[in-house]
Amino acid sequence: MQAHGLEDALGTPRLLTARDAGLLGCRACGRVSAAGTGACARCGARLASRDPTSLQRVWAWWLAGLIAYIPANLYPMLLTSRFGHVRENTIIGGALDLAHHGDYGVAAIVFAASVLIPVGKFLAIAYLALSLKLPTALGRHGRHRLHEVVEFIGRWSMIDVFVVAILSALVQFGFAATINPGIAAATFALSVAFTMLSAQSFDPRLIWDAEERDSR
Amino acid sequence: MAAPDPTGLIACPTCDALYRERRIGADEVARCRRCGTVLAAPQSGAMTRITMLAGAALVLMVAAVSFPFLELSEMGLQQRSSVVDAILAFSDGRTAPLSLALALLIVLLPAARLLALLYTLGPMALGWQPWRHAALAFRWAEKMRPWAMAEVFIVGVAVALVKVAGLATVTLGPAFWAFCLLVLITVRKDSIMCRLTVWKTLSERHAS
Ligand SMILES: [Zn+2]
Ligand SMILES: [Zn+2]
Repeated sequence: MQAHGLEDALGTPRLLTARDAGLLGCRACGRVSAAGTGACARCGARLASRDPTSLQRVWAWWLAGLIAYIPANLYPMLLTSRFGHVRENTIIGGALDLAHHGDYGVAAIVFAASVLIPVGKFLAIAYLALSLKLPTALGRHGRHRLHEVVEFIGRWSMIDVFVVAILSALVQFGFAATINPGIAAATFALSVAFTMLSAQSFDPRLIWDAEERDSR
Repeated sequence: MAAPDPTGLIACPTCDALYRERRIGADEVARCRRCGTVLAAPQSGAMTRITMLAGAALVLMVAAVSFPFLELSEMGLQQRSSVVDAILAFSDGRTAPLSLALALLIVLLPAARLLALLYTLGPMALGWQPWRHAALAFRWAEKMRPWAMAEVFIVGVAVALVKVAGLATVTLGPAFWAFCLLVLITVRKDSIMCRLTVWKTLSERHAS
């Protein structure tokens, strides 16, 4: 038996969901409450069989994240001045600079954290939200895994913001060399935070509900 | 059909599948049969270990903030910076709100999370009754988890070191090592913590 120590509720051959049984499951602690309960008696979390505003919030944060991501790429992330000569580096420019110096590994990390992960996240969240209404190629296990990956990996995009902060704190040698943060650091950080909120707003139970409907 | 009695049932947080709860032994892993999410993975002595690790991490956090983090020297010029300096790097001009965000992500939220865990699990490890609002503290500790970014910060530091390597000589301060150790301890602590066990212990101790 895969689920050690756990039995199907009510001994039914088919797995039953809390909603099917007319009950409410708590997403924070797993406790099951009777329908109509407002807050979980064990942990105090707000209970909802399915969060009706989940998708609206997903799309609202998603759009906010996308809007913040545009200036993050257009404006400079880093202002480097050496002997009076000022250079402005955008996100992509910074990664290219590292590659020019031969630091391919680090360039790849920065590129993945600032370009691949954010863009991949926008696509993945949009796909997950749309897949609830439209037919999809990816099964429920695939989409469940995708949501897990998106939730896990999102925060790692913050790397570049931290890099800018450390460089700006360290390299303050007046005329010889000074590094200052650009406005893109702020909009990029906002974009990462918004997409994290978007992924968190997604109720993964919706993936499994949709599949159930299809198979009936 | 009338709804069944909810006592003794648990629902998978990811797919809502319903299970009747049985005693899950230490070092067993209970997975949802439908979606594979780990529902419970209790470990023997976990509460005591988590409490000790959280306490150690909190001490390291204080050290990481108060000692010099990195030191940079170029042509006789020296620049010493602490974690606080890195946070304050954004403090002037248009990026000022980012300073507050960095303080939260790197220091305040990780520290708050450690305090909340100590508050919830400390009494539990000693076999006492949970303190007031322990459930609230633990729920917030779990909510803060994705926003406590100490480990992301350390990777950022590594990238920054490579970037300045050609520019100047960098010396790693004691706070740097304190921060690295803090990250390792935090990861270890989170990997042995079983949410369901904490919640069950909290409610059982409250009832008694
Ligand atoms: Zn609950
Ligand atoms: Zn499940």
